[in-house]
Amino acid sequence: MGRVTFRENRCKGCELCKAFCPKGIIVMASRINSMGFHPATVEEEDMNKCTGCAICARMCPDLVIEVEKEEKKVG
Amino acid sequence: MEKVFTRPNSLKDMPMHYCPGCTHGIVHRLVAEVIDEMDMFDRAIAVASVGCSVFAYEYFYCDAYQASHGRAPAVATGIKRVLPDRLVFTYQGDGDLASIGTGEVVHAAARGEKFTAIYINNAIYGMTGGQMAPTSLMGQVTITTPYGRDRENNGFPVRMSEMLALLDGSAYVTRVSVHSPASVGKAKKAIRKAFEVQMAGLGFSIVEVLSSCPTNWGLPPLKALKWLEENMIPYYPLGELKIAAEVV
Amino acid sequence: MAKMLMKGNEAIGEGAIRAGCRYFFGYPITPQSELPHYLAKKMPEVGGLYLQAESETASINMVFGAAGAGARVMTSSSGPGISLMQEGISYLAGAELPCVIVNIIRGGPGLGNIAPAQSDYFQAVKGGGHGDYRLIVLAPASVQEIIDLMGDAFDLADKYRNPVMLMGDGVLGQMMEPVELAGEKEITIPKKPWASTGRMGRKDKRLISSLQIVPENCEKHNIKLFEKYAVAGQNEQRWEEYCLEDAELVLVAFGTAARICKAVVDTCRAEGRAVGLLRPVTLWPFPVKAFEKTIATAKRYLSVEMSMGQMVEDVRLAVNGRRPVSFYGRVGGMLPVARDIYNEVQKLLARGKA
Repeated sequence: MGRVTFRENRCKGCELCKAFCPKGIIVMASRINSMGFHPATVEEEDMNKCTGCAICARMCPDLVIEVEKEEKKVG
Repeated sequence: MEKVFTRPNSLKDMPMHYCPGCTHGIVHRLVAEVIDEMDMFDRAIAVASVGCSVFAYEYFYCDAYQASHGRAPAVATGIKRVLPDRLVFTYQGDGDLASIGTGEVVHAAARGEKFTAIYINNAIYGMTGGQMAPTSLMGQVTITTPYGRDRENNGFPVRMSEMLALLDGSAYVTRVSVHSPASVGKAKKAIRKAFEVQMAGLGFSIVEVLSSCPTNWGLPPLKALKWLEENMIPYYPLGELKIAAEVV
Repeated sequence: MAKMLMKGNEAIGEGAIRAGCRYFFGYPITPQSELPHYLAKKMPEVGGLYLQAESETASINMVFGAAGAGARVMTSSSGPGISLMQEGISYLAGAELPCVIVNIIRGGPGLGNIAPAQSDYFQAVKGGGHGDYRLIVLAPASVQEIIDLMGDAFDLADKYRNPVMLMGDGVLGQMMEPVELAGEKEITIPKKPWASTGRMGRKDKRLISSLQIVPENCEKHNIKLFEKYAVAGQNEQRWEEYCLEDAELVLVAFGTAARICKAVVDTCRAEGRAVGLLRPVTLWPFPVKAFEKTIATAKRYLSVEMSMGQMVEDVRLAVNGRRPVSFYGRVGGMLPVARDIYNEVQKLLARGKA
């Protein structure tokens, strides 16, 4: 279970995160940021599919994405 | 929830001027992550060159220098000879390192100068508007090869890492790519290894990073990475080209 | 005080070491190679570094790095190599880095020859490199003066955070003269609070750069540089006066040409002619104060150079139309002969009488 947060004002809409997300949950928002780009985002209803793999963050050239992951509960 | 990915401390928290999808941003981050992980920020000295990354000294906010075109290896030599215990790295593009600066990087490697060159090869000149680079591929259309690079006029693309691997002073020469998450991971490991080779005093190290230039290739960022994978990797094979005996 | 016979090129090296220089980056070129040879031997003895670079372009950029890291550093070359260094010199001035660059001038232009000349004057004092900047340029005329000026060169470089050039020629570089070497003394190298050395826990970041991408900042930076140059212009003019107090004809010459002119002055004085020599020691800042001193008594100036006439333009600027200025020179490695200068002086003195 993971969560990603996007610093939308830094996003240049390059779509690399969207292309490489293994779960395909990243979309480009319809809104535009102050630079004129459509920022990448994950809709809240898709966030539960996020595994916290951080592939999106690693392919992002602009350090837009922060990734959190839930600690695996050890039985 | 715990944070599993945040920005590295060794990179200034500011917007970078690179084009959308330009892999400079990825490589800057990898270098900064390695500096963080090695806890070397206080010892790091960045030598920026001339190209799109001319302002690299703004982002790598350790102590830094801005060197004239092609001469970063000479500047790095001067710095490292005066301050041998610092982590000195140059950050150069293919014009800087493989064109005007070929002499300097070859001789720095021959002398075994103990700094690391981060060499961004994107087969074109970015900052100046898309001219042919020595690394541009045969047939590649650029603004100064509008009919495609041809052997009669422009000769063949230059494989710098293979050349530098021939020199005894080169302790670690490797070529990586940043076109996919897996390759990005390998690129980071290579940068780490190169920095460790430097700090062990083993000689010259260079990490050639195959990179994209969406703007001047005329391709959107993802297609640019595909072009890199399909066209550049066959000509510029990935892998370690030289590992000195003492490198574990 | 020890007195010994030293070759000019070697004296440069000895002077540098005594000034605390511990880094030399250079490339061989005649007629200055004895200097790197000397330092190749001496630098390791004092814990310094002699590094033979692959070219002059590499040399000047190694100087850039070492100077930025806070070291006292120098390089040396002759005309063709100094030409290769011009971009680096512009960068050094723009980045406000101290260093010493030695030019032992040879015949030019192009490959020229390896014989002595003074034809790199323009290159040194009028730019050479691109952009608005100045070099402090020192011109010794004896091996003793070389030793003395090398210390000043490094001090001036640090004082103004600017490259300093020491100009010699093949005669000066090759000649051997007795020099008095002061005893070893404590070298005080000023602190460099701007040197980029790795932050090492420092709060502020230090950048060595000549890039000024915003035009308003670039202009401010240029103004700042020229404020420095104005101070140097006021305070660092140096010259030698030889029989100048009542001189009606003033010879103006530097370096080897000045030595030859001294013989001409002696001959003229022995004949009762009021001839003197004004010998600039700083080619930049040009010793305009010396001209102000002589303008009252002097009737005419004669610039004697081993070139087609370069310093003569600065003589004309200093004289500012108040007196006639003439030029006599030999080039391509030919030395002006005292007899020929004397004949020129006679011609000019005769003209004055008419």
